Amino acid sequence: MRRLCLGIESTAHTFGAAIASDDGRIVSDVRDIYVPEAGKGIHPTGAAQHHSSVADKVVIAAFKDAHVRPEKIDAVAFSCGPGLGPCLRVGATVARAISVYFQKPLVPVNHAIAHIEIASLTTGARDPLVVLVSGGHTAIATYAARRWRICGETEDITLGNLLDMFARATGLSTPGGPEVERMAENGREMLDLPYTVKGNDVAYSGLLTAALREHKKGTQMADLCFSLQEVAFSMLTEATERALAHTGKRELLLTGGVAANRRLQSMLESIAQEHEAEFRVVDRRFSGDSGAQIAWTGILAFKAGLTVSVEESHVRPRWRLDEVDVAWRR
Amino acid sequence: MRLISKGAEANLYLADLYGRSVIVKKRIPKPYRNPKLDIKLRVTRTVREAECIHEAKKASVPTPVIYLVDRKDTTIFMEYVRGVRIKEVLDFLDEGRRERVCVQIGRLIGRLHSISLIHGDLTTSNMILFNDEKIFLIDFGLSFHSRDEEDKGVDLHLLKRSLHSTHHEHAEASMRSIFLGYEEVSGAQTTLKILRKVREIEYRGRYFHERV
Repeated sequence: MRRLCLGIESTAHTFGAAIASDDGRIVSDVRDIYVPEAGKGIHPTGAAQHHSSVADKVVIAAFKDAHVRPEKIDAVAFSCGPGLGPCLRVGATVARAISVYFQKPLVPVNHAIAHIEIASLTTGARDPLVVLVSGGHTAIATYAARRWRICGETEDITLGNLLDMFARATGLSTPGGPEVERMAENGREMLDLPYTVKGNDVAYSGLLTAALREHKKGTQMADLCFSLQEVAFSMLTEATERALAHTGKRELLLTGGVAANRRLQSMLESIAQEHEAEFRVVDRRFSGDSGAQIAWTGILAFKAGLTVSVEESHVRPRWRLDEVDVAWRR
Repeated sequence: MRLISKGAEANLYLADLYGRSVIVKKRIPKPYRNPKLDIKLRVTRTVREAECIHEAKKASVPTPVIYLVDRKDTTIFMEYVRGVRIKEVLDFLDEGRRERVCVQIGRLIGRLHSISLIHGDLTTSNMILFNDEKIFLIDFGLSFHSRDEEDKGVDLHLLKRSLHSTHHEHAEASMRSIFLGYEEVSGAQTTLKILRKVREIEYRGRYFHERV
């Protein structure tokens, strides 16, 4: 019999609920996204209030879309971290309530690992070098002996942060990635912006400061967005290429919200070809945060016996992806 | 010229220069990169690598001899060091050997840092074990000068992470030996400061539980 898992996502902007089956199907996937005031970043309590107000509607819709009654699921998974405390607690509370009421096991899921697992599912990647890029992460990782191991990461802000903060400060709408990508299409002039690669690590805060200084000087937005993308993505691509050469992996897997960016995709595809690795990108529907990634990873963790009692189901806002015991991978 | 390795940023060729076997390291254009950015990075790094390889020798750190630098072609001709990369052997050495190798690596890094030279890309791929005893450091393209504890800390942090991702079974023990060697050269006080810095850098990374 196929097993079903409800997954609840609430690390940041998105409140999502989805149902996944252990034969690798996402049976339903519902989201409601908190939109901050124009020009402002995410406010943790504001987002948490949003999540509480839509939670019931989203969860009910997830069951309805799947044509599944709550009694029929086998487990309830929730994003346990990393993320914003107030947001995480909403998802955890909803998951605990469903778990207790319907007597279903509770499964804590690491949100970053879930980005990797949903990408593995939708692309069929088996043993990839992973590039995870989102608002919360910029990391290059490989798997060995039950852990994802970080080969490189940002030493300060993430790629998603860089694009969002730049967009907010320059009056573009957020999330900044798609806007910057659109503006960059008409850019031609390559500006001299700081390029910081340290081994396999990158650092973006200097680039952000310099880009904002250019903006104040009145530099054309098209050129600025173009140059910002070129420098930021080249840095990450270089770090990734080093990791690819060092690890000798045969697959390169791009996942997370910023994975949808076509320029970044084309750069990474280029180095994958160069090193005879297959390049794969997470299905566009699942690049941004979703309940689907939690439900699917929840199924994997549940089948490996990684459940938690309600009493011990604290959220973990700083749960690093390299701390997770990945008992389900060979 | 025979291609022997395709690295992340350069191709390595084995060639003959007046009867001598040499490595030709050519930084090749990256098709993914904007041409203006590409040429800037390649030229800077070629020049920097040649300079820093030379300087490292002044601190008694074994590095290949440089024969020729072609700035326009972003190519360096250098000595061919016949050895194996530490990456390939570290996990297979017996414990005592591994410890001695790591202490030696620590000494070399200590010596670089003593002349304010930061390697910038310390991984076990960038170290060559020669004649079963001598260790050469290579790949100085990201090297730079700094007296800053922060930069020295990042240098060692990168090495530590590279050990954890490629030699996870021996990472902790190897790192301890490396710091022993580093301490021999840099003294206890400096080493303690750098150790603290490394920890601070780790905790500054995203999502660490404890913060100092």
